[in-house]
Amino acid sequence: MNSQPVLSLEDVEVHFENKPGLLDFGADPETVRAVDGVSLDIAERDVVSLIGESGCGKTTLGKACIGLQRPTGGTVRYRGDDMWAVRDGTTNTDTEWADIRTSLQIIHQDPGASLNPNRRLISILSEPLRQVNPELSKGEKRERIYSLLEHVGMNPAADFAERYPHQLSGGEQQRVALCRALLMNPDVILADEAISALDVSLRVEMMDLMLDLQEEFDTSYVFISHDLSNARYFTEHGDGRIGVMYLGQLVETGPAEQLINDPKHPYTEVLRWATPDLSLEQSGELPMRKIDIPDPVNPPSGCRFHTRCPEAREVCARDQPADYRLGDQRAACFRHDETHEYWDSPELTD
Amino acid sequence: MATDDPIIRMRNASVTYDHGESYVLDDVSLDVERNEILGIVGESGSGKSMLASAMLDAVPDPGLLEGSITYVPESGSKVDILELDKPGLRSLRWEEVSMVFQGAMSSFNPTMEVGDHFRETIQAHDMDLESGMDRAHELLEDLYLEPERVLNSYPHELSGGMQQRALIALSLVLDPELLVMDEPTAALDLLMQRSILILLRELQEKYDLTMIFITHDLPLVAALADRMAIMYAFKLVEIAPTREIVEHASHPYTRALLNSTPNLDASLEEMQPIEGSSPAPINLPGGCAYHPRCPLATEECRTTVPEFERTADGHVAACHHTDEAVDRIPLNYEELLREDTLGPDGDRA
Repeated sequence: MNSQPVLSLEDVEVHFENKPGLLDFGADPETVRAVDGVSLDIAERDVVSLIGESGCGKTTLGKACIGLQRPTGGTVRYRGDDMWAVRDGTTNTDTEWADIRTSLQIIHQDPGASLNPNRRLISILSEPLRQVNPELSKGEKRERIYSLLEHVGMNPAADFAERYPHQLSGGEQQRVALCRALLMNPDVILADEAISALDVSLRVEMMDLMLDLQEEFDTSYVFISHDLSNARYFTEHGDGRIGVMYLGQLVETGPAEQLINDPKHPYTEVLRWATPDLSLEQSGELPMRKIDIPDPVNPPSGCRFHTRCPEAREVCARDQPADYRLGDQRAACFRHDETHEYWDSPELTD
Repeated sequence: MATDDPIIRMRNASVTYDHGESYVLDDVSLDVERNEILGIVGESGSGKSMLASAMLDAVPDPGLLEGSITYVPESGSKVDILELDKPGLRSLRWEEVSMVFQGAMSSFNPTMEVGDHFRETIQAHDMDLESGMDRAHELLEDLYLEPERVLNSYPHELSGGMQQRALIALSLVLDPELLVMDEPTAALDLLMQRSILILLRELQEKYDLTMIFITHDLPLVAALADRMAIMYAFKLVEIAPTREIVEHASHPYTRALLNSTPNLDASLEEMQPIEGSSPAPINLPGGCAYHPRCPLATEECRTTVPEFERTADGHVAACHHTDEAVDRIPLNYEELLREDTLGPDGDRA
């Protein structure tokens, strides 16, 4: 196994400028800090799950990983090459931008919208093969597609191949989207809430299928979800890591089971609380001081979670905590430094 | 199933389309107990939303609703909902029973400020505007919203979670007795979903409400509901208090549903998808509709529709094999339940 990561993000920033409208003439443009200073490595056959609530920047970070979103700061390296320098032709390397884009694929939340409604599956799935293996004959392509369809449980494949996307259930559409991504022979697939639209009872099946095909196609996943139990299932089976995002920053990373059973960041604990389980022993109290996530235009000072954190003290509103390394886990919270002034700082009161 | 003090009594309710060819609600009888939170759980296409529509005689045309549905107010005489005329239904629907659907964006008029929705609703029902708006303020505060800011915003200026909470406040502004919610949190992230559930419980206690919460997500509603009703193929298959469902579910489908759900506690090897798929409303399997997917199915299941069988106090299941279900379909979190009863130092051997 190659020790060099497939993807390596260093201090990545994605800031969007909100241009003022005509009526706000003269107003300053607002900057939405969607991703702010994230570093992350993705190895071969890796599974990395990004979790967090709506608006935390997990999708933007995912897109930055696979070259769909150009960062406004920091670097994203693909097998050692700065991918945006490759794109701009400002670096001496044999790697082509087109190859990078081919090897980084995405499956979306809504498979119905990502499949061309006017084309049969056979034509939808031939397209990636035509790009990646132009030398294949028509019969060989057909054979490849049939065997993959059978593999994902769409039998009889010859029958399914002639259908249009609207003739499939949501789960079947998502399997076609997965097949299409896999036929590109990608190094990394970004699965952006890829199972969230499926019925709860179908999610385990879809995740099993994705992991099963990972073995075969030798690919890595970046799995985006707002549901810790799905991320746990996917990550633990894929022997990977979970990254918890809050307002554009990674606040905790670690192996699934450790991160869930022994969360090191108060926000991870809040997400743990939010995940339904069947023990019926949950407390009826909100573990946060505020329900709504702050505006990413003006993120809170210091630790961005301090406005909602149940453990916040005055120092949290002033200073931004560094990443503390705790075994396999990393967390950005002062409470892991026993000598930090946090412990003498007065509690925050709203 | 009969209860002591029902607010809604539904008897043999069926909804058919195509002149009785396809059933989308099949002979459902259910009492909703006053001041309870009832969770109605089913997969997509199981008929759970149709059950809610039927309860308010709001079945989409040209569906045909049969059976009887009675609304029992705390004081005053019973109301036969299917006999009400249009104005009668109209006042019942907001003033006595209110509904919240998934996707607040489609319930709000995008060209009107949120506050105008409140004012319009209060005036359309001939209520006093000032006291109505006072109540709106209080409800919005109960839901952790800033009343002035929300009332003066257009719907799109609020986040999804804020919109959905504002919609819940709007649905309660006329002080109804019963709130029916159909997947009210499905489009939101988990943290917002759970936060809203906590707030719903607080609202229920503060305003003495009865609530019906319809969802496909059993573990989610288990944290909120007092009682649950499970639907499969347009029928109710099991009704019981939440703890009974979670610990002693007696219908094989309920047990499969419990086992299929990813959760943080079950061992990973034991999460199992349910084999096969749920049936369409035409050509339903004969006998018990679940028999083609059920590991316990026998000849009887293929031919005879099972009646509700009482398995514990307040617990009924429509299955010929309720005794076997518990032993033959183990729950993947059973170890956890035992730990709970034994306490933290419980001996697992």
